[in-house]
Amino acid sequence: MKLKPCLALVLGLGVAGSTLAATELVVATVNNGHMIEMQKLTKHFEQAHPDIKVKWVTLEEGVLRQRVTTDIATKGGQFDVMTIGMYETPIWGKKGWLKELRPDAGYDVDDLLPAIRSGLSSDGKLFAAPFYGESSMTLYRTDLVKKAGLSMPDRPTWEQVRDIAAKVHDPKAGVYGICLRGKPGWGDNMAFLSTMVNTFGGQWFDLQWKPQLNSKPWKDAVGFYVDLLKKYGPPGASANSFNENLALFNEGKCGMWVDASIAASFVSDPKQSKVADKVGFAQAPTAVTPKGANWLWAWALAIPASSQKADAAQKFIHWATSKDYVKLVGKEVGWGNVPTGTRKSTYATPEFQQAAKFADAELKAISTANPNDSTLPKSPYVGVQFAAIPEFQSIGVAVGQQMSAALSGRVTVDQALAASQTAAEREMRRGGYYK
Amino acid sequence: MIVPLVMTLYFSTVRYNLMQPGEHAFVGLENFEFFVTDPGFGPAVLNTLLLLGSVIVATVVLGIGLALLVHEPFPGRGLVRVLLISPFFVMPTVNALLWKHMMMNPIYGVLAEVWRFFGAAPVDWLTEHPLFSVIVMISWQWLPFACLIFITSLQSLDREQMEAARMDGANALQRLWYLVLPHLARPVAVVVMIEMIFLMSVFAEIYTTTGGGPGHASTNVAFLIYTQALLSFDVGVASAGALFAVLLANIAAVFLIRLVGKNLDR
Repeated sequence: MKLKPCLALVLGLGVAGSTLAATELVVATVNNGHMIEMQKLTKHFEQAHPDIKVKWVTLEEGVLRQRVTTDIATKGGQFDVMTIGMYETPIWGKKGWLKELRPDAGYDVDDLLPAIRSGLSSDGKLFAAPFYGESSMTLYRTDLVKKAGLSMPDRPTWEQVRDIAAKVHDPKAGVYGICLRGKPGWGDNMAFLSTMVNTFGGQWFDLQWKPQLNSKPWKDAVGFYVDLLKKYGPPGASANSFNENLALFNEGKCGMWVDASIAASFVSDPKQSKVADKVGFAQAPTAVTPKGANWLWAWALAIPASSQKADAAQKFIHWATSKDYVKLVGKEVGWGNVPTGTRKSTYATPEFQQAAKFADAELKAISTANPNDSTLPKSPYVGVQFAAIPEFQSIGVAVGQQMSAALSGRVTVDQALAASQTAAEREMRRGGYYK
Repeated sequence: MIVPLVMTLYFSTVRYNLMQPGEHAFVGLENFEFFVTDPGFGPAVLNTLLLLGSVIVATVVLGIGLALLVHEPFPGRGLVRVLLISPFFVMPTVNALLWKHMMMNPIYGVLAEVWRFFGAAPVDWLTEHPLFSVIVMISWQWLPFACLIFITSLQSLDREQMEAARMDGANALQRLWYLVLPHLARPVAVVVMIEMIFLMSVFAEIYTTTGGGPGHASTNVAFLIYTQALLSFDVGVASAGALFAVLLANIAAVFLIRLVGKNLDR
């Protein structure tokens, strides 16, 4: 049992001895399409920098988060470049766990979209470079909406969405009115539900850091969501997150779907979607206020403060998040597949405009999201669909569980919210926000 | 063995959250209190015991049944036995995914097709009966193990004695009750023991299918500790939880050893 790793280590050392000149960068990343593409294109980087070798550790989102968090918190030093989200970046940056990024003039930092850049900064210092960014929007089937004799406004209200869902819903034909996330998790159903709560006029915490989960906006929003999915959603919605809904939509089983803007490029790709030519895009639905109705997220590359190979890591991040990288993907893979949501220049490229009919809708969605001002009442936290504080993960997980229970009808919405409030208060008290 | 235990003991008495490193202040029993007052704690303990009990009963009863079925020679017996054993070699995560997507999915699962064939509305298993679904998966996985033990043990059943009983006019049920089952007492004890040890910490099936939900409907103690340790990054509370799990396992083991011990003495 123990012998094998040792042997491997000895052999590995023997091999490594011969190429000691090269610096080996260990990059941890998510198994999303764009990152897999980046791995394939790494050879271009290695050709340009023969003294650097890149080793990839590709993991599923949840597992990646656990690995990098434990690594950075215990100063493990396993990774030289980490793929982290907009949630972790400001928290870790503030703690001094990440190296500040100071790209040179060629990188053109001002080309980054302001919303994304500010979400990855803390006190004006950039701590992670965005690899791709996203907001949320409404995807719908133009043919079904037309058949129902309705039209989709550019910025629909939730009421309008409900009416359309009711008309389009036809389970006998295997079409469900609307698909939404229901799988528990702070990045799964809570990412979506938080935006819904925002637009219904709610917030996670008030200025005294008191959780607001049993307030009226939460009841309105969650009540609406549960009712909508029960009546016009697919069966088993409480187990669906992004990938499950993507599969359903691509199979032509959803009339509408409100989710990450990145979905737009997948559902309009004829290679994987049966309904590629029948998809329309609108902004995320609103209710009381447009504030925080669409989320803001970015996967970004950062260097842990403990890394011994910061220079090489800088070079790699510089390459992977540059304008040239976007052009490289456009040339090698196709302009429909370039990582979006990071740079103004990407959206200004005519080839991209042509390949991605969702470009304008996505840019609009990202520009209207503001992590520093996303709730109707003032909030003490940063983040649209999360609160960038360390306690949020466990609160989000606990609340997400309760919401999925409400969706599956095990408990009422009021019971679920009361239990969520208790869980949130416990965590906040333990975090020392109040006695 | 002793080092991790001591480390766990130490961690369980300090405030140690990975997201807020720094001082490991001594907090006494606060972590234990926090773990036990978790709203998911009651359901988790109950679910752990329910899962344990149901799976053990299901595998023992069905295992004996199947073992008796394939005990008498018939054409193709070897193949049937191999098929019986095979689920045990499926990895837990694969087993879970298989059931989640192929069998239980309400839209395209096999079970949904069967329901539709009979004109009924498909059941959304993982939402409506999450714990039951997990029990089904794990029973399917562990049935071969029980079956295997019972098959081998039946091989050593005294045929002459059975024959004599039949001559004396004992019917099949009587033979089962007075000869076969007492003969199987020991293997049953062994199966219960081993399954108990392994099923205490069922995790993969829950993680891949229901994520402990909806609510806490399918959260067991192992999964609750996981949420504390790796979703909340709270090492202190997770350690307290781990110690609690050790305690729970020991309590169960003491009862069990007494029960089984009685059997083995005879």
